[in-house]
Amino acid sequence: MTEPFLLKAESLSIHRQGRTLVDKASLSLQAGKVVSLIGPNGAGKTTLIRALMKLLKIDEGHLHIKEGLRIGYMPQKLNLDASLPITVLAFLSLNQKRDEHFFESAEKTDVRCIFERPMQSLSGGELQRVLLCRAILKKPQLLILDEPAQGLDVNGQAELYRLIAQLRDELNCGVLMVSHDLHFVMAATDEVICLNQHICCHGHPEKVSLHPEYLKLFGQQQAANVALYTHHHDHQHGVHGELIEPCNHNH
Amino acid sequence: MLDLLLAPVLTGIFVALMAGPLGCFVVWRRLAYFGDALAHAALLGVALGLILSVSPQLAIVMSCVVLALLLSQVRQDSQLSADTWLGVLSHGSLAISIIAITVAGAGRVDLYGYLFGDLLAATYRDVILLGFCGLILAAYLIRYWDSLVCLCLNEDLAKVEGIAVERHKVILMIAIAFVTAMAMKLVGALLITALMIIPAASARMLSNGPGRMAVLAMSAALLALGAGMLASFHWDVPTGPSIVTAACLVFMFGKISAKVLSQK
Repeated sequence: MTEPFLLKAESLSIHRQGRTLVDKASLSLQAGKVVSLIGPNGAGKTTLIRALMKLLKIDEGHLHIKEGLRIGYMPQKLNLDASLPITVLAFLSLNQKRDEHFFESAEKTDVRCIFERPMQSLSGGELQRVLLCRAILKKPQLLILDEPAQGLDVNGQAELYRLIAQLRDELNCGVLMVSHDLHFVMAATDEVICLNQHICCHGHPEKVSLHPEYLKLFGQQQAANVALYTHHHDHQHGVHGELIEPCNHNH
Repeated sequence: MLDLLLAPVLTGIFVALMAGPLGCFVVWRRLAYFGDALAHAALLGVALGLILSVSPQLAIVMSCVVLALLLSQVRQDSQLSADTWLGVLSHGSLAISIIAITVAGAGRVDLYGYLFGDLLAATYRDVILLGFCGLILAAYLIRYWDSLVCLCLNEDLAKVEGIAVERHKVILMIAIAFVTAMAMKLVGALLITALMIIPAASARMLSNGPGRMAVLAMSAALLALGAGMLASFHWDVPTGPSIVTAACLVFMFGKISAKVLSQK
């Protein structure tokens, strides 16, 4: 029944300066499965994935990572200073041989035609494709994508999610992506985890979309597949960030 | 004559060659303020050397390296940005060290030389030390070039790809601190940062890749060094400021010609 996991977190908590950023989050990632992490701004999504990649200290809980796991990471953005001249090809070639797989990856993510362009001149969608290409260069067993579709228009988003699903099939890798846009997440994902410091609800996308916690977090409007959404706070936070009205856990 | 000038010229060449690529990292990682703080810490080193009666050169290198290590550990304060912290440390140490040098070194020390450089004070020992460290730096930069560029782009990505980000950051800071300490004789504490930033800025205009920019920055630094030294001997003006002025002229010439070329 239980497939071998790539990465498994057991009630991870992260506290910073007296605030709880992630509260007892548990999740498990498997090969060939797409897991989407959704939640309002400031819900700790980026904090949680950074902790999963061991970029942050974990205060409580356990993190089991399959030995020798190759992770491909697609960050939200680059810290690219205008003074650093670098073309797409040069960026992708950093610490990377230009072998067959290199050009295949570039082909798949459709970045060959922009190889000679300076990184600074790329549009949002082009940059996302370049970052995704970089993430799959090392033949990852697990892809971690931080808001891969940000700044893309509706067509661009659909295209990107289609590409991610295709890469998952071809590489047979696990995928964990952070997302705002539920509309697309629902179709392209096997499991949705709804995070708001703690995991409010998780499961199959259709089940989650009917879950009362989910509806509380994102509102009926969003649940009705409206791409643009505003987040309604379901609970208030005290001075130190503790939940005054905790959600009813229902996992 | 040649004998007298050989050590200063070689010192200048080695410092220029090291300042070129390190200056690129200063620009890429926006460390200009950090460079200033290091230069002022170098002055603090002079003051400490005088007070403790140890070799000023040793004290300069040590205080720069210590400051670099301290700053690399400083976490961002919730109220003050890193820039503001650096400003406090940097100008604080400048003021304190000028007072200390004036008091402790009265009649013994040429403050002007430390502030604006005194190239003729360079010795063969400096040349050997610089040559040795320059070789190590060159080997390091060539070996880890891709990793270093990667960490300038996104530290998290670099870490996930298995690059020892923290270690490289500390090594870069120590290298910058060392060159700062050694460049003190060349251009003086007040102008060291200029020697790193201006050649890198000039090189940016003609570069389409990070490696090319580093090589061009070396060339720009050497050009400025040669022109500045010649001007300094010819018109009998201070060497350090002449070199920096020459670097600025190279930069402006490049900027103007790039503009003209782009309009054609």
